Amino acid sequence: MSGCDKSNCGCVNTNPTDLLSSSRRNFLGGAAAVATLTLAPGITITAFGGSAKASGHHARWGLLVDVNKCKKDCNACVTACSTEHGWEDTGHPLTDAQWIRKVTLKDKKSGFEQSLPVMCQHCAEPPCVDVCPTAASFRRDDGIVLVDKHLCIGCRYCIMACPYQARSFIHEPLIDQKEYSPRGKGTVESCNLCVHRVDVGGTPACVEACSATGNGAMLFGNLNDPDSEISKRVAEYPSTQIRADLGLDPGVRYENL
Amino acid sequence: MKRIVYRELEGNVGVYGLILLMGAFVLAGAGSFYYMEHFGHIVTGMNNQIVWGLPHVFAIFLIVAASGALNVASIGSVFGKTAYKPMARMSGLLAVALLLGGLSVLVLDLGRPDRLIVAMTSYNFKSIFAWNILLYNGFMVIVGVYLYLQMERNVPKALLKSVGLFAFIWRLLLTTGTGSIFGWLIAREAYDSALMAPMFIAMSLSFGLAIFILVALTVNGLTNRPFGGALLARFGKLLAIFAAVVLYFTLAQHLTSLYATEHHTYERFILLDGGIYTQLFWFGHILIGNIAPIFLLLHPTMGKKRPAIVLSALMIIAGGFAQVYVIVIGGQAFPLMLFPGYEVQSSLMDGQIGQYAPSLPELMLGLGGVAIAIALTIVGMKVFKIVPKSLADSAVDPHHSAAK
Repeated sequence: MSGCDKSNCGCVNTNPTDLLSSSRRNFLGGAAAVATLTLAPGITITAFGGSAKASGHHARWGLLVDVNKCKKDCNACVTACSTEHGWEDTGHPLTDAQWIRKVTLKDKKSGFEQSLPVMCQHCAEPPCVDVCPTAASFRRDDGIVLVDKHLCIGCRYCIMACPYQARSFIHEPLIDQKEYSPRGKGTVESCNLCVHRVDVGGTPACVEACSATGNGAMLFGNLNDPDSEISKRVAEYPSTQIRADLGLDPGVRYENL
Repeated sequence: MKRIVYRELEGNVGVYGLILLMGAFVLAGAGSFYYMEHFGHIVTGMNNQIVWGLPHVFAIFLIVAASGALNVASIGSVFGKTAYKPMARMSGLLAVALLLGGLSVLVLDLGRPDRLIVAMTSYNFKSIFAWNILLYNGFMVIVGVYLYLQMERNVPKALLKSVGLFAFIWRLLLTTGTGSIFGWLIAREAYDSALMAPMFIAMSLSFGLAIFILVALTVNGLTNRPFGGALLARFGKLLAIFAAVVLYFTLAQHLTSLYATEHHTYERFILLDGGIYTQLFWFGHILIGNIAPIFLLLHPTMGKKRPAIVLSALMIIAGGFAQVYVIVIGGQAFPLMLFPGYEVQSSLMDGQIGQYAPSLPELMLGLGGVAIAIALTIVGMKVFKIVPKSLADSAVDPHHSAAK
């Protein structure tokens, strides 16, 4: 996507929006949280703008998962993500896209079990971005790691590099995609932290679904804002990152793990 | 030493038959590409755990061998060994052909091969993959110039030597780049090692020379051109040394890994419990690819004879292929350790050994790449003055009779 301003652009739209220059997009985005323009029957432009506060340069969007509150038999976050973005379980787990998955851990010595969701950890130093030859994998200024669907050549080097097995390669042709979450055969995708929601001040679908179950195991917020709930929680209680030894500074943290 | 006379290959049944046979494989490879491109990678054995499959094994093997195939030219021009100089053109042509064969497989396996232009225009310079695109293209240009200068009359020797040296340095960089594709993968137990780059260079020396020997003997056989026994014996000895270097790097890699407790699970997987990967490691890579040919080639009498050298070259190629298979597929099959010390379970098969069964389209695509390399080599030799009329010992080595 030439001319794409990656600090603000979600790169999430297959509509002709992608052909617009960044200035035009910013104009549309700035005019309203979501601007929709119908050019002709069947051609709709939808631009996601959002306020400077929502996707501003100082934000570092992150998630905090309280593993104690995450129920082993609950799959609400996974289902919500699947519904939101249109990926589904076709009974072929090895080739199906899985943007988020529930992982059950069992302590080898004590047998103690825990369950937690694992998705793209939105690293500050993402290996997938480092290795991507065409710069299709990129990290926005607000910490969200995305794949530019126009630049991805489907080499899968990012999948080799990701320590979290968070990325999926699309093995089959797809139909009925969500307009805010384009996907395509032969390209790589992963959790985009519901960038289309976040850019208009919303919350990722998984977090919303987790709250709706009453478990409240997931918290979304700005890690760079000391007054945000997530920052306060992280400052007050111990939390950890998966593979913290790699020094990638993931935006997803876990409590009680 | 007589003046070396180069001649295009004669158009006999053997030469045309070989080109036709390779053409058939190229067509089958093209059909496989179309099939995979149309239906998606679902028709292959690859999945989200084993994202690089058999095509990548073929591609990496060919690319690694390509840089090694150039060594015969380098030994002649850079290290001044006169006997190797008459084969410099063959060496350069084979190197470019192998690289093109390997790259074809790599590119045709992309999820979006139609976006190749993106890979040429949008670069992330932190990616070793992006660097490799430049290294591969640069290699073809440099070796192309090197070949042209060799075939051109009245080229100053100093210029030829400088270009030869540049090509030699470039090939070292290229193989370093290929090895680093794996060496720089920080999260995977099987990779993440600075040893990958030098090991790939050792592999390239060994695979490249083995392929060169077989191609040279085949071409000379098809066109009834002599190939000296003493020259072949020299190649044999060199091949044994190269195979030993590969064995040394393999040993260093696994011993280092075995010393650290954190890597024991991975080492146990490759060396003991890994099923097909363990078998390919011990019987393919170590026994057939290294130990057997080293012993055969260093045998005081047999080692200098043509059948032993041909058999050794074949074994090194088969064992080398097994080695690349274990590195590429075995390395991915070993699960990522997100939670060390825990038993893990998930819908994405976390903690489980990756499942992979190569499919026919993948095999045909890979063989198509091999066929492209062989076909380009033979056609190149048919069209240009690449192969000397004679590689008899008396023709290539001024000291041959004196040495006897």
